[in-house]
Amino acid sequence: MSASAASPAHTASATILPFAESVARVTRDARPLRLITCGSVDDGKSTLIGRLLWDTKAVKEDQAATLARDSGSQNDLGLPDFALLLDGLQAEREQGITIDVAYRYFSTDKRSFIVADTPGHEQYTRNMATGASTADLAVLLADARVGLLEQTRRHATIASLMGIRQFVLAVNKFDLVNYDREIFDRISHEFREFALSLGVRQITAIPMSALKGENVVSSASDTMPWYEGPTLIEALELATVRSTQTGGFRLPVQRVVRPGESFRGYQGTVAGGSIKPGDSVTILPSGMVANVSQIVTFDLVRNAAVAGDAVTLVLDRQVDVARGDVIVSVDAQPMTGTAFDAQLVALQQGGIEPGKRYWLKSGSRRQRVSVEPLSQLDLTSGQWRPHASALNMNAIGKVRLAFEETAVFDTYEQNRATGAFILIDPDTLNTVAGGMITGKRANLEGLKREGDRVVLSLPADLAEQLMASELFASRRDEAEIKRVTAAEAATLWRNAGSDI
Amino acid sequence: MPLSVQETEIKNPPVSRPPLDPHLKALENEAIHIFREVAAEFDNPVMLYSIGKDSSVLLHLARKAFYPGRVPFPLLHVDTTWKFKEMIEFRDRIADEYDLDLVVHTNKRGAEENITPFTHGSAFYTDVMKTEALKQALDAGGYDAAFGGARRDEEASRAKERIYSFRTPDHKWDPRNQRPELWNVYNGMIRKGESVRAFPLSNWTEVDIWRYIQAEDIPLVPLYYAATRPYVERDGMMILAEDLRLELLPGEEVQHGSIRFRTLGCFPLTGAIRSTASNLDEVIAELEIATVSERQGRVIDRDQSGSMEKKKREGYF
Repeated sequence: MSASAASPAHTASATILPFAESVARVTRDARPLRLITCGSVDDGKSTLIGRLLWDTKAVKEDQAATLARDSGSQNDLGLPDFALLLDGLQAEREQGITIDVAYRYFSTDKRSFIVADTPGHEQYTRNMATGASTADLAVLLADARVGLLEQTRRHATIASLMGIRQFVLAVNKFDLVNYDREIFDRISHEFREFALSLGVRQITAIPMSALKGENVVSSASDTMPWYEGPTLIEALELATVRSTQTGGFRLPVQRVVRPGESFRGYQGTVAGGSIKPGDSVTILPSGMVANVSQIVTFDLVRNAAVAGDAVTLVLDRQVDVARGDVIVSVDAQPMTGTAFDAQLVALQQGGIEPGKRYWLKSGSRRQRVSVEPLSQLDLTSGQWRPHASALNMNAIGKVRLAFEETAVFDTYEQNRATGAFILIDPDTLNTVAGGMITGKRANLEGLKREGDRVVLSLPADLAEQLMASELFASRRDEAEIKRVTAAEAATLWRNAGSDI
Repeated sequence: MPLSVQETEIKNPPVSRPPLDPHLKALENEAIHIFREVAAEFDNPVMLYSIGKDSSVLLHLARKAFYPGRVPFPLLHVDTTWKFKEMIEFRDRIADEYDLDLVVHTNKRGAEENITPFTHGSAFYTDVMKTEALKQALDAGGYDAAFGGARRDEEASRAKERIYSFRTPDHKWDPRNQRPELWNVYNGMIRKGESVRAFPLSNWTEVDIWRYIQAEDIPLVPLYYAATRPYVERDGMMILAEDLRLELLPGEEVQHGSIRFRTLGCFPLTGAIRSTASNLDEVIAELEIATVSERQGRVIDRDQSGSMEKKKREGYF
């Protein structure tokens, strides 16, 4: 209890508040922007996040007092050691490292923000993937003195892979390079080229000094008059949040509610598109069709629901709907099947083993799946390399998923909610991978082995010609040719091409 | 014939309010999603109910999540017997009004040994009457999931906690070995005896809580609003002086002033602040200019730095 009397300013009785004036109402006309920060201790990441929290007044006096007490020293600007503010766990303080993803909250008059703060060193892939999974934007840090590192490129690659389409490059420590504009131009140009190669087009590069608070929350027109772009906070305020309101309606059913004989509702969060009473829907995987008769929420019956809304749907007829089913619009349906292509990040020691049966959870559906690795991303070169053996922890791989029962997905590119999944190890029950669906795989194989014979699928005309040949007739025991349409054949060979 | 919600008899029908702003709506949607997911995936969930403002928001969200059905799990209140009197009155009234299953648990051993915050110190008292009591109650109920109102912005170690926070059979939390949590796809698979603490308010801040209470008109224990109340000053805190068990120390005297509480716990361990904010608007206005965090009034957080993490590892919420 001795700590309670830190200083008069921090005792409860000193918190004498003035007559409450009517403080301008903060209107939050957008949902929180979720972002991930990528960089290492050397880039000044803790200082940057600490600065964001400090300058937006998210740090309260008593927390600052605890900080001052724990660190015992302050930097030359009279500010506390921001790393201590962020590294919440004792183990981290003792070892001076950040071991896991932490979430930070701050807000401005315009918007609120949730930061996934991930460590930049070892195991960064799995932690970054976790933080990036929910992020709308990635802030990548670079040290102005050294420019882009291998690590910066890796972080950007992982972020783009996880579906982030907005990058901010924070070129930090500009005070240490005499605010040299040429340095900024060179680094930002190099980054822009790289980000574009990843398919990311919304790129903002900002020269800053997190330590001095320049271009983070306050602008630095006196030291960097040549920079006319936004400060970091302005860039974040202007960023767009991801929306899946366009596209087909999707409602993964979480539970069925039956409070009485006459009411049967399907509860879930709209994962894409929109719906209104009277719309026709299909229930997958069964394929049954019904019409929406009511959208029920606690706040009266509604006349529409859009992506993100947690609702209860009532249908106009008795149909069999259970947890794990997906209610979708009749005219824009997701893919159904038992074989899909995906990219995944291996999250645990032991990796992902070929052929092992895992639990896959996507939306509210959990089902058995076996995983066959096809290739692995070399983060140094950015190239995919064939890889059929186990994917080790932190590896990013392309895999083929084989289900025992029908699965329902969109591609991750189209819908982050219905295209994402996790894998659960049936032995440890731990989450061992996070994955993103890239497409459906036709159930036929271009070229496969069946017992002693090779099965080859070809367009019908080609198949006829080959089978008519004498050579083939004499080797019937060794090979079989399947006739497929030209379109099916094209799908098969496209699949084969994308595996690597 | 189409099935309709009007045909069903529903207790406490909802009232019409202006729509929430997109920020609060997003937080509400996320919390409802978590409630439904846990209720669907676990056999025997329970909701930890502390009667405070966060619990009040949590309860409101639970009612919304399962509407027009009932809240499909009981509420558990760990009663240390040292709560503010008004909290207990409020608890019983709410449970009755909303037709809730309320389970109240007190650590019998602690009560029999007369362990009090005055005689045994805040750390030992909290360990016995809160942490141990909570574990007893969870074991007795055989609950495999427990909802809590903890928020990540409250305290440093909570910033790293998952929304589904895994616990061993003896309720231990291992912060270094948490399951990764991606998107909103939660892993609810556990073995017998293991459990999950689920935190639907993880991404809410204190301001969000108050703005939501205002927007949704959620009833609160009146102690959150300023009124002239008796108190004594002790260790830099203002302790409410209405319970006869509070014995004055030499030099202490009961004073009267306009005070309120930013958090509610056990009255001997929860300090008031001076305030004239007697309604929600004034409380929010005060909060937006406050420079001290809400847990500042809590003795148990200040025993040592990192003390919340230690308590959490041992099974505290």
